[in-house]
Amino acid sequence: MSAAATGYRATATMPLLAEVRRQASRRRTQLALGFMALLPVIILLAFEFGGDGDDDNGGGAFASLVDLATSGGLNFALFSIFVSAGFLLVVVVALFCGDTVASEASWGSLRYLLAVPVPRARLLGVKLIVALGYSLLALLTLAGTALLIGTLRYGWHPLGSTVAAEIPAGEGVVRLLAILGYLAVVLLVVAGLAFLLSVLTDAALGAVGGAVLLWILSGILDQITALGSIRDFLPTHYSDAWLGLLSTPMQTDDVVKGAISAVCYATIFWSLAFYRFTRKDITS
Amino acid sequence: MAGSVALVLIAALVGWAALPERHSWTAVDQRLTVLSGPSGTEPIDLDTRLYLPSGDGDVPAVLLGHGFGGSKESVSDDAESLADRGYAVLTWTARGFGRSGGEIHLDSPDYEVKDAQRLLDWLATQPRVRTDADGDPRVGVVGGSYGGALALLLAAQDPRVDAIVPLITWNDLGKAFFPQSANGVTAPGVFKKNWAGLFFGSGSGPLGAGGGPSPLTGGAGEAPVAPVANPACGRFAADVCAAYLKMATTGIPDAATTALLQRSSPAPVLNKIKAPTLLIQGAVDTLFPLSEADANAKGIAATGTPVRVAWFTGGHDGGSGPQTDQDRTKFLTAQWLDHYVKKDGATPATSFTYSRVAGFSALDRGLVTNGYSDPTYPGLTGTGRAEVTVSGDAQQIANPPNGNPGALSSLPGVGGQLSSLLGSVAGDLAGQHAEFDSAPVTDAIEVVGAPTVRLRAASPTGSATLFVKLYDVDPNGTATLSGGLIAPVRLTGLPTDVSAAQPVTVTLPAIVRRIDAGHTVRVTVATSDQAFLTPPDPATYTVAVEPAVSLPTAAGTPIANPQVVWRYVLLGVLAVVVAGLVVVLAVRHRRLRRHEAPTVDEYAETPLVVRGLRKAYGDGFVAVERVDFTVERGQVVGLLGPNGAGKTTTLRVLMGLTMPTEGDALVFGHRLEPGSPVLSRVGALVEGPGFLPHLTGLQNLHAYWQATGRPAADARFDEALEIAGLGDSVHRKTKNYSHGMRQRLAIAQAMLGLPELLVLDEPTDGLDPPQIAEMRRVLKRYATDGRAVLVSSHLLAEVEQTCTHAVVVNKGRIVADGPVDDIVGDSPSVQLEVSDVPAAELVLAGLNVRSVTPEGASGLIVDMNGTPRTEVVASLVRAGVGVDRVVPRRRLEDAFLALVGDNSRGSGDR
Repeated sequence: MSAAATGYRATATMPLLAEVRRQASRRRTQLALGFMALLPVIILLAFEFGGDGDDDNGGGAFASLVDLATSGGLNFALFSIFVSAGFLLVVVVALFCGDTVASEASWGSLRYLLAVPVPRARLLGVKLIVALGYSLLALLTLAGTALLIGTLRYGWHPLGSTVAAEIPAGEGVVRLLAILGYLAVVLLVVAGLAFLLSVLTDAALGAVGGAVLLWILSGILDQITALGSIRDFLPTHYSDAWLGLLSTPMQTDDVVKGAISAVCYATIFWSLAFYRFTRKDITS
Repeated sequence: MAGSVALVLIAALVGWAALPERHSWTAVDQRLTVLSGPSGTEPIDLDTRLYLPSGDGDVPAVLLGHGFGGSKESVSDDAESLADRGYAVLTWTARGFGRSGGEIHLDSPDYEVKDAQRLLDWLATQPRVRTDADGDPRVGVVGGSYGGALALLLAAQDPRVDAIVPLITWNDLGKAFFPQSANGVTAPGVFKKNWAGLFFGSGSGPLGAGGGPSPLTGGAGEAPVAPVANPACGRFAADVCAAYLKMATTGIPDAATTALLQRSSPAPVLNKIKAPTLLIQGAVDTLFPLSEADANAKGIAATGTPVRVAWFTGGHDGGSGPQTDQDRTKFLTAQWLDHYVKKDGATPATSFTYSRVAGFSALDRGLVTNGYSDPTYPGLTGTGRAEVTVSGDAQQIANPPNGNPGALSSLPGVGGQLSSLLGSVAGDLAGQHAEFDSAPVTDAIEVVGAPTVRLRAASPTGSATLFVKLYDVDPNGTATLSGGLIAPVRLTGLPTDVSAAQPVTVTLPAIVRRIDAGHTVRVTVATSDQAFLTPPDPATYTVAVEPAVSLPTAAGTPIANPQVVWRYVLLGVLAVVVAGLVVVLAVRHRRLRRHEAPTVDEYAETPLVVRGLRKAYGDGFVAVERVDFTVERGQVVGLLGPNGAGKTTTLRVLMGLTMPTEGDALVFGHRLEPGSPVLSRVGALVEGPGFLPHLTGLQNLHAYWQATGRPAADARFDEALEIAGLGDSVHRKTKNYSHGMRQRLAIAQAMLGLPELLVLDEPTDGLDPPQIAEMRRVLKRYATDGRAVLVSSHLLAEVEQTCTHAVVVNKGRIVADGPVDDIVGDSPSVQLEVSDVPAAELVLAGLNVRSVTPEGASGLIVDMNGTPRTEVVASLVRAGVGVDRVVPRRRLEDAFLALVGDNSRGSGDR
């Protein structure tokens, strides 16, 4: 007699699609994705109805991203990404990755999934893949909506930047994708941290908030130049390196270093999460 | 936990960064008195510092000179890095600066250069310094600006020098301060008053104020040894001072001044330089532009001496440049010295390297440059040429009196403000300049070298001072003046009518710039510039520019950026991560394979066997001491015990949520572990329901079943829903459910797929009496088809009425185990209802019973202690006591209390 019930296969439990639907049915998923689509509209309206501002917000050569935002769809998308990259995307990624396990624990449904039984590593793996998928979807939704409405309103023009010559629209799309790709890689750190906290705690808010908090802490430490080369090891240190992709030719040195940093951090966090979750007693 | 990990990491990093550096050298400060001057007998006191690498072998030496206004301190960083490379480095404060004695003679061969010769003598006497011959040290000379010219002049004057690396220095001081960009015009050019003033100022103040943050010119001055004698001259020698005062007044050098400047210039003595020379010059340098290094390179190379030229994005205006440039020039310097001085390493190539601004660094807002290399030095004319046609009519422009207001092109002395210079501080004033624009260029032009334009000018006075500039204008109209560099021309013998003017070729300063496609080239001719001394009298000139503008180009090979190594690191990291993942998965797979084995065949048909189960938590609390029991097919087993007896912990182990400390649980002979496939034959409700609050009851059941990955047909949703009995509420969201509704839905969920073993924790919690009765029937029926049910409860009646078997747990141990009837049948008490309670008590006292307890008005509870019931009744009747009822007490409660005692404290309180 086989060990399992008829029809049960460990590799068939918790199908990806089931988890996708499970998360899609949640209000927070719908709200987060909806906001990602709404934000560019809000920005567009702000540009339409706002008065002319003339303040340099301290971004130096990059402050001009604001001035260029209305020069075309690509620039509008770039601006939308620029203003979201620092905090909003971090929160959204932390939400998707930090909430996924902790919320099941707090509802009590986690123990029933494990008693199905969904193997623990598989449960984490599926949860992680789906959370990352939703994070990526959020990023693409933001960029896609911004590109769409920006193009409809301001037209299809080359990607302008004051740090380099205008980039032809076709190549501009490639640059935009490269920027999104790098942002996605950097946000892996947030995803890793939030996911680890999600495994460690039963409180979803704690996992999401904790990840955002630590990210902010790292950002603050990065502002302290007295820390010298230590700052290179902070997970946020290279988070702005994607701006280098706007120059011609692209400056990829910091991008590469940032990717190394992000991959290392994410690997460590996820390894810890899997190590812990496959060994601990589920007490929720 | 993650927070503490982060804190530990940060603490470790801080500690690592705070560790003291270890030097591989020692430095000794020393005041050396050497004999110098034209006669070679004037003693001069020099403030020196000798860096010696650790160890005791002999080492080659480097003489390291500082920039104007600096001191030995301002080159300490460079000296340390050279000492780290194994050179004895001698730095000194040149005469007239800092704590050294004497006056400033502007790198005069009789003074500063001779001082340096005496230092070479001294180096040769040092025991650690390698010598080529007696009194001839193995030495290279390195220096920037003032120190660079000294290196050139010293190498020309002293054959003992083995190699030199002059940085951002001059070829001809006269041409540097009186630049004349018109070809074929020998008359001195326009006085560069701003830079000259800064130079003079930094040598005349008692504190020798530094010229900015550039390490080549700057550095904190130190108090001079002697007080300043002449306030007008500071520490300048009288002849230098007089020459400056004269040329700054008139703007035209007289013969004596020209001779003095010539004496301080390497230009006339270049043919004497036999030491291999590496010339490093900055492209953002309005003081000593690239043309100075070009002249030096040509002059030295003419005699066959090896020369290499490198340009970087920096200079007296641009500072030390971006990190990539600093790395490159440092590498070139080390390579040059290693080969020609240390005699170590292959012969350096004579290729030409330069860098071009690629953009801003996103992280530190600095500039980023890309390096390029060409196999040979092309000079300022490039390896190719691009012709651009500019248009525009002859225009009239006015010379403002005394050059005020004047146009702005550069900010001498600010230093290091690369980004602002490459942006545009430049501003031309209306009426004072003429513009000649090209059409947008169709292809990007990589300008490397000095562009040339042909200029025609007319002046009512016959002479004109003009400034020619080349702007790169982007499609938005923003004009950028590369490096702030402009070409001053002073023309004489001009006609009054521009149509009669002969075109003069003007060589613009050499630049490195990419003019992108779509940009236009603008040639601007202006009458004034704040950096230069212009004629005091107002005048109106007419200027025209010939259409052809020639731009030298070079197609350098991009230098592999050393940062590229990080790309391989990234690939390596990714490979390691992927490999690690594969290994972990493989190990896990193998372990799972091996793990499927532990089955006990004799229990293959037994739904549940718990053997010697013990669970102790990390904090020492023992939730389950030792539990053994068996659930057979067809049984409904009640797990009975007070709160905290260990029931729930046992059930958690059965669900694979908790690892037992000892013992195990076997389901159909398979040992239970987290994720054991056999769990799929167990349905469970433990510690209350767990549902997704935003889904309806039915959606929750479907979501749960989807997670099992099993065919939907196997779920038997209809049967489960019938058991739940929720009616239409099954379509409401579970967050709106009552406690009982959730409980029923949870039981239905546990029964999905009709698992062979059903484990229910307090199933009747929250149910009303009819539902409880219904649940009893369901459970009894459920166990009939060879399935089994394990129910935990603290409600005794519940277990008594529902279960076939019971396991009584107390304080983590089994206290009774068996069929309910057996456990209950042991009950020794009888309840009597009698007509006369006191009389009955008297009678019973005479019998062999253990206790008699009154209950109610006519009731007595008698613990029979083995006395037959018939005997008790007979005795009572004989004594005349009426017996209304005799009820054997078959209540589990008694059994329960008898087994666990009346101690209501649970194991949690132990």
